[in-house]
Amino acid sequence: MSPKRDFKVVGHSVPKVDGMALARGGALFCADLLPDGCLYARVLRSPHAHARIKSIDASEAEKMPGVHAVIHHGNLPRVMRTTAGQGAPEPSPYDFTTFDVKVRFVGDRVAAVAAESPELAEAAIAAIRVEYEQLEALFDPRRAKQPGVPVIHDEPDCKVVIPIPYEPGRNLASHVDMQVGDMEQAWGEADVVVDREYVTQYAQHTPIEPHVCLAEPLADGRLRITTSTQVTFHVRRIVAQALEWPVSRLHVVKPRIGGGFGAKQEVLIEDVAAFLALRSGRPVFFELDRSEEFLSRTRHPMIIRLKTGMKSDGSLTGVDMDVLSNTGAYGTHGLTVSCNCGSKVLPLYRWPRIKFQAESVYTNLPVGGAYRGYGATQAYFAMEVQMDEMACTIGMDPLDFRLKNHIRKGETSPVFKALGEGSEGVEQSIGSTGLAQCIKKGARAIGWKRKRGKPGKGPIKRGLGMCTLMQGSSIPEVDMGAASIKMNEDGSFNLLVGATDLGTGSDTVLGQVAAEVLGVGMDKIVVRSSDTDVTPFDVGAYASSTTYLSGEAVRKAALDVARQIKKVAADMLGVSHRDCELEGGAVVAGAGKSVSLAEIAMRSLYEKDQHQIAAHASHITHKSPPPFSAHFAEVEVDCETGLVKVRKYVAAVDCGTAINPRLAEGQTEGGVLNGISYALCEEYLFDEKGRMRNDSFRDYKIFSTRDLPELVTILVPTYEPTGPYGAKSVSEICINGPMPAISNAIFDAVGVRLRTAPFTPERVLAALDAKGAE
Amino acid sequence: MEIHVKVNDKPVTWNVSPGEKLLDVLRRDGYLSVKFGCGEGDCGACTVLVDGRAMRACLLLAGQVEGRAITTVEALGTPDAPHPLQTAFVECGAVQCGYCTPGMLLAAYALLRENPKPSEEDVREALDGNLCRCTGYKKIIEAVLLAAERMGRS
Repeated sequence: MSPKRDFKVVGHSVPKVDGMALARGGALFCADLLPDGCLYARVLRSPHAHARIKSIDASEAEKMPGVHAVIHHGNLPRVMRTTAGQGAPEPSPYDFTTFDVKVRFVGDRVAAVAAESPELAEAAIAAIRVEYEQLEALFDPRRAKQPGVPVIHDEPDCKVVIPIPYEPGRNLASHVDMQVGDMEQAWGEADVVVDREYVTQYAQHTPIEPHVCLAEPLADGRLRITTSTQVTFHVRRIVAQALEWPVSRLHVVKPRIGGGFGAKQEVLIEDVAAFLALRSGRPVFFELDRSEEFLSRTRHPMIIRLKTGMKSDGSLTGVDMDVLSNTGAYGTHGLTVSCNCGSKVLPLYRWPRIKFQAESVYTNLPVGGAYRGYGATQAYFAMEVQMDEMACTIGMDPLDFRLKNHIRKGETSPVFKALGEGSEGVEQSIGSTGLAQCIKKGARAIGWKRKRGKPGKGPIKRGLGMCTLMQGSSIPEVDMGAASIKMNEDGSFNLLVGATDLGTGSDTVLGQVAAEVLGVGMDKIVVRSSDTDVTPFDVGAYASSTTYLSGEAVRKAALDVARQIKKVAADMLGVSHRDCELEGGAVVAGAGKSVSLAEIAMRSLYEKDQHQIAAHASHITHKSPPPFSAHFAEVEVDCETGLVKVRKYVAAVDCGTAINPRLAEGQTEGGVLNGISYALCEEYLFDEKGRMRNDSFRDYKIFSTRDLPELVTILVPTYEPTGPYGAKSVSEICINGPMPAISNAIFDAVGVRLRTAPFTPERVLAALDAKGAE
Repeated sequence: MEIHVKVNDKPVTWNVSPGEKLLDVLRRDGYLSVKFGCGEGDCGACTVLVDGRAMRACLLLAGQVEGRAITTVEALGTPDAPHPLQTAFVECGAVQCGYCTPGMLLAAYALLRENPKPSEEDVREALDGNLCRCTGYKKIIEAVLLAAERMGRS
């Protein structure tokens, strides 16, 4: 069956439904919605990396006029849980409570206050006296499991809630492994075996709007939480867990949010605001400052050992990947991020033998979490630099090496079944791939054949590098998204989705899917999303799921509504509903017969057989079809200063059908630039006590307009049979390419391999010096 | 202390304490398009125009703008007739989460007043202090150039 492709709304770059309201500076964000009488929360944070709280004296703070609540471990229930905004039961350890008797990194929570002004809250925080017993701290993840090192989670009640390995006594937050085939055979058959170590750094999402929420006690005894989150429904469940309340007493609303990138797939601040609001009986506003945002959640730093074998013709014999992930003080997302190092990376190539092991370990450093790319980012650095090295070793073009070895349509990988989310994964075969096209089109756009291997004379050398990538689209048989649609008098529709638009444009994309089915323009679709009292459930914005998963829920609900509309129309027109089509805001049934949606709505609401035309649908997926991408970087390396500049960057991406091409490009460009910034300059620096030294935008540089290289995005359409109108995901894959592509381009320019990120001038100079000394 | 300013052409009197930042006073007075991003002058989310120049409201004390004219995005076009920059931002996909957008728009507005026909380099230079994590800036730069072209024609 050849899929329908002459879409009316899908596939068109309609403007974002919230675009103009945002461009007009509308009061749409959490901080814009503060009610009168709102209190301000501040948190007292630990100055120590590892310490036991011997005593807290908050009496002075409590007595201060204008201070309405002070909370700490001494006056709150201890409810062990995770902050990870994942489905229940979460595959992250329950190693966290709102306030503990122990602090585990510099910046960990000690107490919180709510006061009538931010200044007063600050003063109250300063008035809290805490006596600490300092403990030896552990900063080196390589030492984490050694006997005799400090045990970070020595509390007896930390636990996991699904059957997964967890050994807090050895600082082991998670362990996962798999093997297919005999590795001795893999190395025995190989003509070339490469065995390397790759090191990635701490980095942060830096949404321009920090974590922010507002908790308001309601007159009926409920509590409303308005929060900048990616996981509205998980917030409701996890805050209810913290408060020991039924979810029915909580109303969680996501307004517009100022970026998330994974940092807000975490229920990180809502519990504090909720407790303070309940203690004070007043609305409480809690906004992290920028330095606190740096200590909220991070990208897990990793040490990845990668061993690969191939024959001299470039065919692969086996891969062994060993991941050591530093999850910091808490284990949130530790297991699943490290699983993704395997599950989103190893299936890309046709390895006959595969071994994979990943551990995440506790340290007394900031906490890892979900970050766009989710482990695949770190592992693709290792894999794609190593693939480049392997190709170069046998004198094969790295591009041809990938074309020879990448997974094809109809093929599967044992990794899909072996690695899931704390349990087995789901077997799947590839239903669509445009990777070969991505490689060819991207190569042409960067001038691969023409420019590669020509570093030029003088101190500034030029180089080209490339890499290939895949990701997934939702977590199969775990994630669920739901949608409701109802029809109004004027032939417009309310589309209610649990899905969370964090600036990505999912409200628009989901609206387009509904409009396509219902034969109307976007002006007839009123989208409301992510409100636990109003919209149906959705797991939220993570795992590249919204378009593929929630989009299909919308399509199913819209098809049901269309069926109901046709039934009324058939009666009105005196035809069979089978002859009815929805197009142009009407139902058309053959020559000259048509009735407008407004007339159908008026009839169904007021005139005959009155009923609400409405439908509701849920969707889970049985596959996680990968989007594919090929990235190409052109760099300049200044051999005198070590400075690397990206001149041009090409990302060719197969996301299936791009429901909204301009938004898909925007996702790609944003992810690519974030990835370039991560590859070249973003890195946490710590002092010897474990305190982050560069917790501001002045000292933690992210790319700005002057740093921007020429970005080229090429959308390579394919049609994924299981996705809404052929769509797959697009939002995460793009961030994984820059680090390996740039490292490979540096090699092309100056002949050194950068295997430790970021590629700062110091590291590049050191690598050049080491090469010179050889 | 009492401060007399014009905000979006309207004379306003504020009662402020000496240490209060312009950002906080503007937001308290309902100019909510002015965003908090870092409070340290590094991100540009709180950009406003002071006598036509793009400045960081988080670095200015309210007392420093006595007698000045302040412009926020609220004054940049109307619902029925948005400013060409706003239209171009929406059309080009320059708005993703929209949190940096008001600051970006004002920085671009100040640029186009000084330099109605900017080059791409000029736009990059003018927006360099405004951080965006969603878009990769490409579509923002395109939008400013498109708006400049349209404003030049009209």
